[in-house]
Amino acid sequence: MATREVISSGNELSALAAKDAGCRFFAGYPITPSSEIMHELSDMLPEIGGACIQMEDEIAGVAAAIGAGMSGVRTMTATSGPGISLKAENLGLAQMTEVPLVVVNVMRGGPSTGLPTRVSQGDVAQAKNPSHGDYKSITLCAGSLAECYTETVRAFNLADRFMQPVFVLLDETLGHMHGKAMLPTEEEVKAGIVPRKTFDGPAEEYFPYGCEHDQPAVLNPMFKGYRYHFTGLHHDKKGFPTEEIETCRKLIQRLEDKVELHKDEIELYEEFNTDDAEILIVAYGSVSLAAKEAIRHLREDGIKAGLFRPITLWPSPAEKMRELAARIPKVLCVELNIGQYRDEVQRATGRLDINGLFKVNGRPISPYEIVNKVKEL
Amino acid sequence: MAFNYENYLRLEKVPTLWCWGCGDGVILKAFIRAVDKLGLNKDDVCVVSGIGCSGRFSSYIDFNTVHTTHGRTVAFATGIKLANPDKHVICVAGDGDALAIGGNHTIHGCRRNIDITMIVINNFIYGLTNSQTSPTTPQGMWTVSQKAGNIDPTFNATNLAIAAGASFVARESMIDPKKLEKIFVKAIEHKGFAFLDVLSNCHINLGRKNKMASAMENLAWIDNITVSKKKYDAMSEEERKNLLPTGILKEDTEAKEYCDMYAEIIKVHQGKRKILTQDDFEKKI
Repeated sequence: MATREVISSGNELSALAAKDAGCRFFAGYPITPSSEIMHELSDMLPEIGGACIQMEDEIAGVAAAIGAGMSGVRTMTATSGPGISLKAENLGLAQMTEVPLVVVNVMRGGPSTGLPTRVSQGDVAQAKNPSHGDYKSITLCAGSLAECYTETVRAFNLADRFMQPVFVLLDETLGHMHGKAMLPTEEEVKAGIVPRKTFDGPAEEYFPYGCEHDQPAVLNPMFKGYRYHFTGLHHDKKGFPTEEIETCRKLIQRLEDKVELHKDEIELYEEFNTDDAEILIVAYGSVSLAAKEAIRHLREDGIKAGLFRPITLWPSPAEKMRELAARIPKVLCVELNIGQYRDEVQRATGRLDINGLFKVNGRPISPYEIVNKVKEL
Repeated sequence: MAFNYENYLRLEKVPTLWCWGCGDGVILKAFIRAVDKLGLNKDDVCVVSGIGCSGRFSSYIDFNTVHTTHGRTVAFATGIKLANPDKHVICVAGDGDALAIGGNHTIHGCRRNIDITMIVINNFIYGLTNSQTSPTTPQGMWTVSQKAGNIDPTFNATNLAIAAGASFVARESMIDPKKLEKIFVKAIEHKGFAFLDVLSNCHINLGRKNKMASAMENLAWIDNITVSKKKYDAMSEEERKNLLPTGILKEDTEAKEYCDMYAEIIKVHQGKRKILTQDDFEKKI
């Protein structure tokens, strides 16, 4: 794999990734700590003939981005927790109408206005179910500067594969971290772009939502002779509102199954020193950087610690977690929230003895705090 | 020969869910005739509707159609238009949709002067949800949420649009479908944000409790509260009270359109021109 070395920040790398992955439209609203993504794209997108617009509020930001996505272009918005709260209803519309969209959330302290300039991982549960109703979230979480780039690229391809919004979670630490990152080349990223499927048969035979039980909608771009209907109402295979019992059931089941039955295409995780581990640390995002350093120190002290780092948070790599927890006696979740992912680790592993090291005061967790916690167990 | 609507209707979707005698159908037909008169290719038109009775507008017509969330038509349309500046993007929203829950987007669509036609079907009430007060419900009228009489002052939608910067603002009612068709033609032709306050009846959910239980009575009331702009302009402040002027209330063909200005931004970033300054705009500060 050819690589290139860049010196940049997490937010800037996410913006660069969007451009390289073929994003041609961005709509957003200023919010700390994600604004730099919009700043970057306001330069990058017009340069390549795309568009970046600052809307009147967070709701409009996601709505305009979805609108562009409906018309057929790769599209993105970026925000932080309060913005996701405002965007929630329209994210539900994008789930229901199956419009691909990348949503970057640079997490800050919550709830409410919280700690705007400080780090948190408090939006992990929100990303799973940001709006009402049943659907299956796809949420990726970058754990390094390089992953701010690669996970944003992956999000665009997954959005088009599964035809739905895909979350990329960064956190304030990663978003504002500045340093060296080894990235795949632009050519390699471009070669890896898999655009959304389209239908090229006769228009009268086109049924955008008439797909197999485990497959996403096939949404042709607008203005190309395939006129159909988007609606947030339950809809039939042509996209028109319906309350027909079986059609309604099948639609919502399909929104679940198109992701659930193809988790293997989405799951991604990293294992670090887990082979001989007697204590398993589960951490993601910027916290995983501290966890890795802690593990090096612990091993110097003769404690066999290892890291499981989910990169895809939702759907969770449950089987892998179950497998690890079956053979590693002690498990510790380290998170910048009060155990939002520990709930999932408990569910996935069936173990209720999962330990936690949690912090919710807007400060990062240091490697030594993790070392000390492990030694207490 | 009678106009043939079939080319533009999704016939399998009619009859509509609108009540018997509802004005929405008249507005829909006038809109279709306007599009036909303009000779627009159906593929080049996108109609974006919101929530409420008017929200169903988009599902009956054979264009690229989007039924969005409540109040957000202009925001969705802005994304569609900016990504496809050469296409026709038309919003259809109700009075509650456009002026209450979606008021902010309406204001900023007007302010940007982006080339979107916004048709507000104003029936003075929340019809679909059974008679709650809307921002245009006249004071004193019965609503299900204000049974002792509505005390909320009313919005004048066109004044709002003019103040916010829309470059084309007009009002018509569905009583005269020919006039309506003409105003739709002009609004769609206009380059910039075209805001239309289209007065319509809801004799079922506004009328029945306010002494106009039939469509005709409701329309007679609309007729009584409207007057042509020409007559309105000649009236005293006192005479104008409780009246709404109809016709074209603002038409500025010089105002800079948003997608055109964004094309200039693209030129800047592609090194084809210098950055924008006050000289690029009429209004200088």
